[in-house]
Amino acid sequence: MSGSEQESTDRITHRDTHRTVERVARESYGRLVAYLSADTRDVGSAEDALSNALVAALETWPRDGVPQNPEAWLLTAARRSFIDLVRHRQVAEASEPTLALLREEKDMILSSLSGEFPDERLKLLFVCAHPAIDPAMHTPLMLQTVLGLDAARIAHAFLISPTTMGQRLVRAKTKIRDGGIRFEIPQESELPERLDAVLEAIYAAFGIGWDDMAGVDQRGRDLAEEAIWLARVLLQLMPAEAEVHGLLALMLHCEARRAARRGPDGRYVPLSEQDYEKWSKPLIEEAERHLGEASTRGRAGRFQLEAAIQSVHAERARSGRIQWNAIMMFYEQLIRISPTLGTQTGYAAAVAEAKGADAGLAALDGIDSDDISAYQPYWAVRAHLLRRLGKTPEALEAFDRAIGLTEDPAVRQFLLQGRG
Amino acid sequence: MQFALLIFEPPQAFAARNADESDPYLGAWRAYHKAIVEAGIFVGGQPLQPPETGTTVRLKDGKRRVQDGPFADTKEQLGGFTILELPSLDAALEWAARCPAAAIGAVEVRPVSPEYLRRVTG
Repeated sequence: MSGSEQESTDRITHRDTHRTVERVARESYGRLVAYLSADTRDVGSAEDALSNALVAALETWPRDGVPQNPEAWLLTAARRSFIDLVRHRQVAEASEPTLALLREEKDMILSSLSGEFPDERLKLLFVCAHPAIDPAMHTPLMLQTVLGLDAARIAHAFLISPTTMGQRLVRAKTKIRDGGIRFEIPQESELPERLDAVLEAIYAAFGIGWDDMAGVDQRGRDLAEEAIWLARVLLQLMPAEAEVHGLLALMLHCEARRAARRGPDGRYVPLSEQDYEKWSKPLIEEAERHLGEASTRGRAGRFQLEAAIQSVHAERARSGRIQWNAIMMFYEQLIRISPTLGTQTGYAAAVAEAKGADAGLAALDGIDSDDISAYQPYWAVRAHLLRRLGKTPEALEAFDRAIGLTEDPAVRQFLLQGRG
Repeated sequence: MQFALLIFEPPQAFAARNADESDPYLGAWRAYHKAIVEAGIFVGGQPLQPPETGTTVRLKDGKRRVQDGPFADTKEQLGGFTILELPSLDAALEWAARCPAAAIGAVEVRPVSPEYLRRVTG
């Protein structure tokens, strides 16, 4: 083999190895962090140890080849680094129990190298969404500890400075380590409430609160794929929970429309005007399967109802029309469970379509909340209904409020054109 | 807490200052201003004339140096500022993201410094 051939082969091998490390990291990150931290609750050190192991993998795998069981290799390397890190900290804090625990575990770890080790990700998810942790940090913690996203990327999505996000994550992990939060699956009696917090956090990463009539919630919108990944992980761990199916169905329905949400010129296209030929049929079918699965398992929760609303919209691809009465009915049930500003606004929009703009406006007027002054979807719906009722001055006023609260330039453009 | 939103705009935004009432950038700003006032957080603020109207003064070695144009020669220039009364930086960043200039230029959020103001004013 000539020198240059050798070089290019090396490059390819190196690139392949790099990709393998990325893939293994992606698939194993949460499993490894959860396993390493389940007993010590030291999520931060587990992450540091795993990142050391990944660096080591990038150094040795191109040279020695990718090991037969890459995950086990990473676990061994991370475990070694983890013991060093924890020992280092323990010396400083002079507390022995954790070290003893690590030693006891050694045999189990060695045996685990040959094959499977327990999947502790479910416990980690419940820890991230623990009531003792600031709710605003539930989602960032999950994205970092389960998926391995870096603080900067999370910070961008949540509109927080990267330094601040980094500090908040460290603070939250310190609380997990020192605050007596246990790595365990909640008991039956607490489970619904604790599971809701996990689902909420995953949904917050997805970030499309409600996407009709140019009402768009901006939170974390860049993380949709990560949120779906998290929901799939959760479903794998809790296949019998109806609401987990419901959440995944909801996100898949919204994700199915990604290509239809912007026109060729980047223009914003509201849901009811989207070209359904552009919707992803496989994703819709998958969503429907999960919704069907959920309905056989009792407890019609918030996410199943939201998914059901999206399912009615998806039905337009078959029937050519939207059954607004059905949507209104689902919103009525939803308000009983979760009377948020978003739910109430969505209900009013559905009422307007089912019973007329004046009924919809009355529903909007019935919302009693101090938060409407900064809630964009409320003003967007209000503007459209007032325009339909011919109340021009009030409509212009509402359009201005909606435009002023809009972050997405495409939505702003859409509303400016609607305002006229 | 008061935060200053420092608005940095590209040349086309300054050019739009003379556009007619139907200009979308102007419309977006009008709406943004209204939203801020209605939310009860507006403290004050002013837009600035384009950067080429600026004149920069320095004293170097006791001599006056006067330069036509702005202090720094960058593509995006300070185009104005808005001061908002808000509970936290998180809230200020949310309002900064909604600012029409954020999509074409940049918005820097800085807390104002009342302590320093007190030391200056005595």
